[in-house]
Amino acid sequence: MKTKLTSSQTVGPFFAPLLRGDLSQMVSAETRGERVVIEGRVLDGNGDPVPDAMIEIWQANAEGRYDHPEDMQEKRLDPAFHGFGRVGTNARGEFTIHTIVPGAVPAQSAQSQAIWQAPHLNLIVFARGLLTRLVTRIYFPGEIANDSDPVLCAVPAGRRATLIAKDIERLAADKAASRRLCFDIVLQGANETVFFDV
Amino acid sequence: MTVVGYRRPAPGINPDNNSSAYASTRARAPRHPAIRIEHTLSEITGPHFETGGASAIDLTRGARGEALGERIIVTGRVLDDDGRAIAGALIETWQANAAGRYAHESDQHDAPLDPNFAGAGRIISDSDGAYRLVTIKPGAYPWRNHPNAWRPQHIHFSVFGTGFAARLITQMYFPGDPLLAIDPIFQSVADPDARARLVAALQMDVTVAEYALGYRFDIVLRGRDATPPQE
Ligand SMILES: [Fe+2]
Repeated sequence: MKTKLTSSQTVGPFFAPLLRGDLSQMVSAETRGERVVIEGRVLDGNGDPVPDAMIEIWQANAEGRYDHPEDMQEKRLDPAFHGFGRVGTNARGEFTIHTIVPGAVPAQSAQSQAIWQAPHLNLIVFARGLLTRLVTRIYFPGEIANDSDPVLCAVPAGRRATLIAKDIERLAADKAASRRLCFDIVLQGANETVFFDV
Repeated sequence: MTVVGYRRPAPGINPDNNSSAYASTRARAPRHPAIRIEHTLSEITGPHFETGGASAIDLTRGARGEALGERIIVTGRVLDDDGRAIAGALIETWQANAAGRYAHESDQHDAPLDPNFAGAGRIISDSDGAYRLVTIKPGAYPWRNHPNAWRPQHIHFSVFGTGFAARLITQMYFPGDPLLAIDPIFQSVADPDARARLVAALQMDVTVAEYALGYRFDIVLRGRDATPPQE
């Protein structure tokens, strides 16, 4: 290390210019993979909605490949999917992400055989009152791979559920629509979401 | 797959979210310590944005004329902590106008808007990691943290490096601002040297005669011990 790091500071309340262009819609008609709509709220320690949070999403494509030069897996890139999203919460603390379910990606492994991570979205949360960004993940309900995911397994069993989205019941008339999931982000308190030190 | 992770910031560089002098932290800072995980492909990869975007922008030329206030130049490089240039980094900036007012619907400060100053920029660092922003020196503004609270003059910076783990949002301050000593957000950085690095340096070699004072502000993101071998 020759130069010294720049410190983090809060995003504050006035970051609206960052939300220009709708990055909550991460897919186009050509994107490969299972569509999913993730709805949630950001809540503070009093249970009140956080109306000025910004969430960034980074994820692999449907085959489990990140659109990044260091992902050298022999899987196809999807020209219709980059994997980055950004969404702000509304006055009720709500956000909606339109994306696809990513494929499994490899974990850190010293051995030659790969250990796989369960499908997940990587999230960063910024808000007024957060001086340093929070990092979390969204996992998918009903994935058998969740049981052996090395990151989920590093979380105390009693808190793992905060990282797994919940299915929202689809109306009978709505069966053709995208899969809908709910994922609330609780910044503080009894049901506090697990955040990671990366 | 062996992944070379990003180095961890030393203590005191990034603020503790539990910093109660900044009132908004009290109901928002998590109480559980963050759970440390080793970096995987998920952390070392990250989004990239259009290459070839402008590395130098000017926010002072409004649709109907020049923005009001003191014109300044802010320039610097995006680097990793080995001093290597980060080319193609997306830098987004936003700030108050000269009167201390944001062009934002929820800014209630009773100070005038400037129709010729929106105060938001988008820059892509060049092949040397460099960027250049011509803007207006932002005014100090009041906030409700405590009675008679005022933020020091600052420009917000959002920066994407090469991996999601290195993602940074910060604020750049100005040298000699007496509000820095009593600002709970600036003072939330425990390491005094790290605080000093958030203060831009007035530089006469950046300053353009008869035009604008120049400030240097380098942005240093986390680096890695080695780049992984090509497999
Ligand atoms: Fe600000």
